[in-house]
Amino acid sequence: MSEKMSITLNINGLNRPIKVESRRTLADAIREDCGQTGTHIGCEHGVCGACTVIVNGEPVRSCLMYAVQADGKKIRTVEGLARGDELHPMQRAFMEHHGLQCGFCTPGFLMLAVGVLEREPDMSNDELLDVLASNLCRCTGYQNIIKAVWAAAAEMRGSK
Amino acid sequence: MTAPTKGSGSTWVGRAIRRLEDPALVMGQGRFTADLTAAHWVRFARSSVAAGVIKKISAPDGTMVITAADLKNVKPIRPMLSKFDYRPIGYPVLADGVVRFAGECIAAAVASTEEEAEDIVDRIEIEIDANKPLIDSLEAVASGAPSLHPESHDNVIVQGQVKTEGFDAVWNGAHKIVEIAARSRRQNATPMEPRGGHAAYDKSTGRVTLTCTTQMPHLVRTAIADLLDFPESDLRVVAPDVGGGFGQKMSLAPEYVLLVWLALKHRSSFAWTEDRRENLIASFHSRDQHVSLEGAFDAGGNLLALSADILSNIGAYSCYPTTCGVEPLMAMAEMPGPYDVRQYMCRARGVVTNTCPMAPYRGVSRPVITFTLERLMDKAAAAFGIDPIDIRRRNLIEKFPYTSAMGLVFDEATYKETLELAVEHINVPAFRKRQQKARAKQKYLGLGFATFSERTGYGSPAFAARGMAITPGWENVELTIDPSGFVELRIGSSPHGQGLRTTLAQIVADEIGVEPQRIKVIHGDTDRTPYGWGTFASRSLVIAGGASLIAAQNMRAKLIKIASHMLEAEDADIVLEEGVAKVFGTDHAVSIATMAREAYHQTHRFKGKIEPGMTERGSYDPPGTFSNACHVAIVEVDVKTGKVTVERFLAAEDAGRLINPMIADGQVHGGIAQGIGNALLEEIVYDETGNILTSTLADYMPPTCREIPAIELHHLETHTSFTNLKAKGLGEGGAIGSPAAVINAINDALTPFGISIDEMPATPQRIRAALRAKERAQ
Amino acid sequence: MKAASFFRHVPKTVEEAVALLAEFAPQDGRVLAGGQSLVPIMAFRLARPAHLIDINEVASLDKLTIEGDRLVIGACVRHAAFHKPDVPGPLGQLLATVVRNIAHYPIRMRGTMCGSLAHADPASEWCLTAATLDAELVARKKGGKRVIPAAEFFHGIMTTALAEDELLAEVRFLLLPNETKFGFQEFSRRAGDFAMAASLTTFRLEGGKITDAHVGVGGAEAAPRRIAEAEAVLNGKKPDDVVFDAAANAAAAAVDPLDDAQIPPEYRRELVQAMVYRALQSAA
Repeated sequence: MSEKMSITLNINGLNRPIKVESRRTLADAIREDCGQTGTHIGCEHGVCGACTVIVNGEPVRSCLMYAVQADGKKIRTVEGLARGDELHPMQRAFMEHHGLQCGFCTPGFLMLAVGVLEREPDMSNDELLDVLASNLCRCTGYQNIIKAVWAAAAEMRGSK
Repeated sequence: MTAPTKGSGSTWVGRAIRRLEDPALVMGQGRFTADLTAAHWVRFARSSVAAGVIKKISAPDGTMVITAADLKNVKPIRPMLSKFDYRPIGYPVLADGVVRFAGECIAAAVASTEEEAEDIVDRIEIEIDANKPLIDSLEAVASGAPSLHPESHDNVIVQGQVKTEGFDAVWNGAHKIVEIAARSRRQNATPMEPRGGHAAYDKSTGRVTLTCTTQMPHLVRTAIADLLDFPESDLRVVAPDVGGGFGQKMSLAPEYVLLVWLALKHRSSFAWTEDRRENLIASFHSRDQHVSLEGAFDAGGNLLALSADILSNIGAYSCYPTTCGVEPLMAMAEMPGPYDVRQYMCRARGVVTNTCPMAPYRGVSRPVITFTLERLMDKAAAAFGIDPIDIRRRNLIEKFPYTSAMGLVFDEATYKETLELAVEHINVPAFRKRQQKARAKQKYLGLGFATFSERTGYGSPAFAARGMAITPGWENVELTIDPSGFVELRIGSSPHGQGLRTTLAQIVADEIGVEPQRIKVIHGDTDRTPYGWGTFASRSLVIAGGASLIAAQNMRAKLIKIASHMLEAEDADIVLEEGVAKVFGTDHAVSIATMAREAYHQTHRFKGKIEPGMTERGSYDPPGTFSNACHVAIVEVDVKTGKVTVERFLAAEDAGRLINPMIADGQVHGGIAQGIGNALLEEIVYDETGNILTSTLADYMPPTCREIPAIELHHLETHTSFTNLKAKGLGEGGAIGSPAAVINAINDALTPFGISIDEMPATPQRIRAALRAKERAQ
Repeated sequence: MKAASFFRHVPKTVEEAVALLAEFAPQDGRVLAGGQSLVPIMAFRLARPAHLIDINEVASLDKLTIEGDRLVIGACVRHAAFHKPDVPGPLGQLLATVVRNIAHYPIRMRGTMCGSLAHADPASEWCLTAATLDAELVARKKGGKRVIPAAEFFHGIMTTALAEDELLAEVRFLLLPNETKFGFQEFSRRAGDFAMAASLTTFRLEGGKITDAHVGVGGAEAAPRRIAEAEAVLNGKKPDDVVFDAAANAAAAAVDPLDDAQIPPEYRRELVQAMVYRALQSAA
């Protein structure tokens, strides 16, 4: 077993000093070492997107990054989307449009959509479909995820 | 006066209210099995060999490794059927001397982190004398094939046969026989959350809590208590939030048995989170079938008789609790589908091979038999020179109740009406024009139909008819109003995405006049819920919902009794709505909270006329009901590459009375997307050594949103007399019809080439191979 | 699916990086850039490097500049840098077109062009781009540097001309003349999947006739390359469907397709025909 490194992950604005092996993925560190289990792990090889989080403003697969690489970086997870009781427009849209069933892929889709729209708010609906093809959902057939993201995108643009 | 005891009527049922499940899930506050921490993590050393004899297992020094030698007192998993020549075979928790599929658990390594447990697995040395494996069911039934289990010399584990009286005469007198040899490749349900379990020993009580990703917590508890031979009451099984199941999480995972064994033995907590590779190679598979089907028609294109031979590859072991009969026997029972055909002959076999065990997956055999039968109907239409729509019009059931050649009773439904509704919305003549124009430009468009029935919500007798030792038919619920007036509905069903917390609350809300937001539906915990079967087979809304309705009706009666006593009115004059009981037409009222308080704390006032407390039960075991639908796909086939694009998908469906139309649509959407994936993309591929070539999500391909078109839904609502809610199940239907519609559409597109694609998935490779063979023959 | 343990080195300069590589490459050391291919391979334990030299903190490797007539792309430039056609002329348009086909958005935020080139997956879009456009790949090692033409860089499935102690520090593309036409097509079963065949083509027109045709094919053979037979069909001809079809046929005939249990070679050859033809059509 290799030695553990001391790092600090800043998750949703809170610094979390942890000790991890170099091989620990960011996804595992967020969940196991920081106890933020809203980020889910669906494949650990970068295909399903359930573990998507925002690192320094970029939506990324947290299973494809080692935690040590995120030392000192600003990480946003699903737990940080709402402001207190006020849900993010994307969260509200998922509820209004029935964009989730089992809810396992949901945090990944939320962080993907929010992460991309914060970078590129004017992305067209068709381009958003390309983005949403990044993640897998097995319950919804995507119909209502798409509706939710399109609606939230319009709302996010409107509030600018 | 409108009947006041109806209260406010359907205030909630039928409305697309938002789901009560959602706020926690969108905030990342769902609680899934893998979210728990454990003292010990378990990883499994799995066989890299498909068939062989274990010669040696050596664990690295100083590590904790469990093998079959440690589990002498643990019984193998041995589900039972008492009919259909079933041969009971055992599935050992860890391979006991023999390995029968690549991925089978041979040893378990335990460490304080998953990484370290995996390091130990890497260092376990396993020597196996490998034998040539049997991969395809045709090889396994060939004469001279080695037998996998001593209980069956010919590898046939279950065999059903049926032939109606008078079959031969009708068959021999038929005008035309149409046939198809269909192949369905192996698929994986692929829930986004892989499986996993967490077993924790409680030193103060001596009990173990197993938290796991199951669709049937109560049966997991019974099964594990049986296998480990300890009191069932010492085991609590919890299904927390479960990230999709689709049948894969219905069957007992041997891994869970080991976790409980470890927790009991070492009085600590042990967890295993299945990784995606394990899920793809060694969870449960399905749909690996060869189906030969012949249809005998009269001169008018009326289907007179069907003859089927079904060979289902059930993998290396028989799944618990349904047994491996689930695929072949369901296929046999439901092959005739929605058509009025009076003569039927069938042989259905379940065959063991050196592959991952089969278990139910959304629709079970019906996506395969529907695909086969609907291809047959299209071929028949071509043979008679009539439109595929017309051949269906001539043969669909239209009088109800209808008793099938297999003795199944079909309740009132809309087979023809949904077909006509779909036809109307598709605008077939316009499509045919567009298709002709496109062909002139070497663009190949196709239109495909699938009409089908979906047997749902069936009770114990349906399972008993299969000879199952366990007949998961009924459901029990308990409905409690606590002294503070809050409502709790405890159910044995175990939803995992279906939205039952919302729909059952809607059902109860209408009866007792309390808004759904004040009704908590509790599920997935054997300590808190009555014994029940779980969520599978499109049953929970119908059966748990039906039981909830009964419990709520009982509660309503009790509330009215209390209210009439407290308000000094006649029962018939009491109205329950918005959390209060009122005397109709007056402002004389008492809140449900007050009544509840009285029922617990002031029972002397009722002078023995009501039972203290407020808990009512409901139990329901319905005969079963058939949903139905017509699915239509329009596809484009790129004949240069073989790629199929689904351009449009429409479903006209009838699942009876809809409790929450938004949730109903979501279920159908999801099923259709899986069906499109099954039709075009998803396939578990074994090589000749029995190793899986599709062990990543880049190789086993559930569709992304780019492969799924906008899905158009139309509903009819036939209120069935066969269920107390007038509702039918609909969880599986989306997945049942869609593969057939898509593959029929592909064949329609390829009509100019004179080929037939009778295999699912219809991959671009297969389509190109068929086209290439035709090009070369010319 | 957890990686075997490794030691992570975090150089801050290229010199440090290549010194570490020189020291640890013989002890099973590898370079970690975007990690979008290496990390999953390590999760499956198909690779178990004992040392990872993580170059993400080497600031100078972020370089994305134009030097003379060349676009220079440093080892840590992410795929997403090409989402918008910031690079001038047809090259910027071409890179922005190709990049949309690389996996998915979140992968493109992390993955790097040079990482893809060094990884040399036969299906890689950037490898095809480098081969088609005759890119120059700049390898650095302790005390040395060499420039490798793309035609000599890709040796086969995940093998390249790089020595174990060499770091692919940058890749250089000649800027394309303004009148350059290009077309890119790839075939995959799902959005974002690895291509089963892909083609990138560029050409210019002089007096209505094709000149300087580049026809690249990727995903079909062990390594991407230009197909001279197809280019020969095109040069000097008027661009029309007949010529494109003939060039596509020439490409299909010239390739030696990978043989894989699920994708038979004859099918792959058909895909090459279709992709080359369509790439040429979309260029025209």
